[in-house]
Amino acid sequence: MTDLNILLAGFGGQGILFTGKVIAYAGMMEGKEVSWLPSYGPEMRGGTANCSVCLSDATIGSPLVTTPDVLVAMNLPSLEKFEKDVVPGGLIIVDSSIITKKVSRDDVKVVYLDASNIAEANGFKGAANMVILGRMFRETGFCSAENLDKGLQKSIPPKKAALIDSNRKAISLGMES
Amino acid sequence: MAERVLMKGNEAIAEAAIAAGCRHFFGYPITPQTEVAAYMSKRMPKIGGVYLQGESEVASINMVLGAGAAGARVMTSTSSPGISLMSEGISYIAGSDVPCLIINVQRGGPGLGGIQPSQADYCQATKATGHGDFHMLVFAPSTVQEMVDLVAGAFDLGDKYRMPAMVLSDGMLGQMMEPVALPEPKEVDNDSKPWAACGHQNKREHNVINSLYINPQELEDLVRERYKKYEKIKETEQRAEEYLADDADIIIVAFGASSRVSRSAVDKARKEGIKVGLIRPITLWPFPEKAIWKHAGHAKAFLSVEMNMGQMVDDIRLACRCTRPVEFYGRTGGIIPTPKEVYDEIVRLNGGVQR
Repeated sequence: MTDLNILLAGFGGQGILFTGKVIAYAGMMEGKEVSWLPSYGPEMRGGTANCSVCLSDATIGSPLVTTPDVLVAMNLPSLEKFEKDVVPGGLIIVDSSIITKKVSRDDVKVVYLDASNIAEANGFKGAANMVILGRMFRETGFCSAENLDKGLQKSIPPKKAALIDSNRKAISLGMES
Repeated sequence: MAERVLMKGNEAIAEAAIAAGCRHFFGYPITPQTEVAAYMSKRMPKIGGVYLQGESEVASINMVLGAGAAGARVMTSTSSPGISLMSEGISYIAGSDVPCLIINVQRGGPGLGGIQPSQADYCQATKATGHGDFHMLVFAPSTVQEMVDLVAGAFDLGDKYRMPAMVLSDGMLGQMMEPVALPEPKEVDNDSKPWAACGHQNKREHNVINSLYINPQELEDLVRERYKKYEKIKETEQRAEEYLADDADIIIVAFGASSRVSRSAVDKARKEGIKVGLIRPITLWPFPEKAIWKHAGHAKAFLSVEMNMGQMVDDIRLACRCTRPVEFYGRTGGIIPTPKEVYDEIVRLNGGVQR
């Protein structure tokens, strides 16, 4: 794998920042240079949250992803805002449970994943982010399965260790989707 | 080295300060710095330290003066408008020859400005933080690891020279996470400060920490003495990282967040055969003029890349003794330049890409 610049975007509360953290930790376990940069500010409820994650074999320059290789869009405003920035040949993963609009570009690979519905139907309501992560892993192979799992474990504080298993299962659903 | 963990810059710098023996933190919350204070509020009570949120930045910096005067390893952190509020106290600290560490996680200005990353406090930090003739040591990290690595040294140099030290961070470095290895905790010997006003117990003359000198001659002598110290610091403490500078026709000078962007642009331009390099000041005061002058002979031009309106340009001009043009590219108000923007500027300066 070469360098991978990932932009995750959606509503606040969908686990955008957490997903980025799992990816960054997994990349770190893989021996990559990694960076994680959140949007921050006077975010309003229902507003957008996004997160830049860079994985690289070399020193990371700007941690701000302006031209993502991978865009994860978990709400319509995010897709509309960032769709045009994805590099040609890049990947867009759309949570089609939430976004009904189709991507208008034909020079990128688009995965429409019914992530929120898949998560809820399997008893993991709120874990659409992990379903998407599983699918992103399958599409990009940005790390080994072992390191992805280590990344997940590292991202969850010891006090909340009980949550590891449900997140793990949600990731598996995405991998098999 | 310890196992690497992912940490936000703001949290890593707080933990590094604790590892460096800091047990006193006084501050006031402000975005994008608040995680430093929040982290300290959790950790300090557990390790027998002091975390105190003052009623304002003005109060907090004066608490820093008090603790520092008593010999404590003490720090505060804030963001740009907070430094303006603290500047009176910082001047008093410098005028009292008291060491301390001040973190500025810069945001856009002037005024309340914005809360996104900025480097618009460069001149304030390096030239005129408060009233009177004085300087601070100013360090400019560019990674979370470097934030950690610079903290202990900033405390130590502040102690060595009895002066305030600043780590000039920004909202990007404060908010981002990177892998970081934290240093082993070290003990600090506060008895090594014989000047501290920490109680004479009838065993010595009492120490006075003061910045008021009514007699002009006395004050001039003291300031001159301090400037001798500053000259020595300029001679011995300049630090900069040079990247592909040795054969460069164009040399970018950039610190902190903008140096990371610049480095990406340098790599891209090098692939196109453009001889461009980077000098990244690690100390902003003292400014690394030796590194600039060293390359002034072969560089055709310097390019200052900053997240402000060009506050460092004059320092580069002076450092290269005006022998080379110093161009500027920057974004301000909280906008981070993109590598593409900086690359385009390199190409423009180079007169295009020659194959």
